[in-house]
Amino acid sequence: MTRTHALSLRRPSAQLLRPPAQLLEPGPDPEPGPDREPPLLRSVGLTKVFQTDGGPVHAVRGVDLWVRRGEFVAVMGPSGSGKSTLLHLLGGLEPATGGEIWLDGKRADGLTQAKWARLRRRHIGFVFQFFNLVSSMSVADNVEVAALVGGANHRQARERREELLEDLGLTAKAQAVPSQLSGGEQQRVAVARALAHRPSLLLTDEPTGNLDSANTAAVLRLLRRSHTRGQAILLVTHDARAASMADRVINLFDGMIVDDAAVQPATLRGVAASSVLELRG
Amino acid sequence: MRLPLLALLAKEPAHGYELKARLEQTFGDAYPSPNIGQIYLTLQRLERTGLVQSQDVVQSDRPNKRVYELTPAGREAVVTWAEEPSDEPRIRDDFFMKLALGPMAGIADELSLINRQRRHYLGLLRSLSRLAEDAPESNKIGRLLIDGAMLHLQADLDWLERCQGELL
Repeated sequence: MTRTHALSLRRPSAQLLRPPAQLLEPGPDPEPGPDREPPLLRSVGLTKVFQTDGGPVHAVRGVDLWVRRGEFVAVMGPSGSGKSTLLHLLGGLEPATGGEIWLDGKRADGLTQAKWARLRRRHIGFVFQFFNLVSSMSVADNVEVAALVGGANHRQARERREELLEDLGLTAKAQAVPSQLSGGEQQRVAVARALAHRPSLLLTDEPTGNLDSANTAAVLRLLRRSHTRGQAILLVTHDARAASMADRVINLFDGMIVDDAAVQPATLRGVAASSVLELRG
Repeated sequence: MRLPLLALLAKEPAHGYELKARLEQTFGDAYPSPNIGQIYLTLQRLERTGLVQSQDVVQSDRPNKRVYELTPAGREAVVTWAEEPSDEPRIRDDFFMKLALGPMAGIADELSLINRQRRHYLGLLRSLSRLAEDAPESNKIGRLLIDGAMLHLQADLDWLERCQGELL
């Protein structure tokens, strides 16, 4: 495979990999107009180079993206395309090699780890493939502590915990410890915990990667419901079904964005989607 | 829809509207409501080829209805159909032709073809997810049909990714 590398361009993904304009339907507007509020999250020319024994690995190569307030954006791409690294950079879990990250109109790259941690506690929720719950704490405490750490007082934390667990159908398991729950239930708790401090942005990496289809559906329903209530979500996934719920899907390939487009419920030649199920014979 | 109609008639004789209603009942929203004209046209063709026969049944309060039933040849055809493994197309031929020939002809480039197709599949997936949510729990056949279509789309998307990896 030969690939064209960006020279010194700030926006290699846009300029080198976008196909000729006339072949694409117009994509979303990358530069919010002056009358529009700044995006909730924005990266400019974001790069990440890992130094390995085999030499430098360019995992993320000049990514410009944005997530608007309340928007649900999915990032897809083959394994090794840099999706997870990108999410880690955007959440400050790993320092970027270059480029800028703007969160809520404020520059966030270059913050110290302590400042990033504070920012995350207040503004960002995370859900990963493996639930990362505190194993010695009850389900209720897992959720409540997250709210407290995020700045809620005790009463608010308890209310949010009750609300979220009820929402997730887990009220009966509030006093269980994570190991007593199924994988699907643990992941639902992980989502509750991530939402407990009312983050403005939920970052999630393959939240359904480890689940069977019923639990996948439950977690996806949950994400969609919170999005309906205004939660902004950036979802990294290989699961097309998960991605198809998003307002917009970004496709990452070899560390660069190769597509960025709104998802429109499709019809097949003017007929409903049901016509994919064409009877033959 | 020749063979599905033969299969319905293998159960019992029926007229056109009954066949339409049974198709709808079986597949629910997962299958676009069949056009009655198309059903009658198919039945006429089946009759010409000797797979079904029909007779008019007199109704007192309405126009006569034409009831269709399988002939022995029709039964044989539908049983043979049921016993054969099915050769469904496994790739979207039309898209594959575009991908193979478009860039060569200078009328399209691979990346925009793949991107556009991916968007289309994602949109279809989304529509199907909604269809799945709306399908009543009781309509198992309809739900399975939707699941099948979604799994096919996921495979199509995986394959697009493969194309992207190989061609770009």
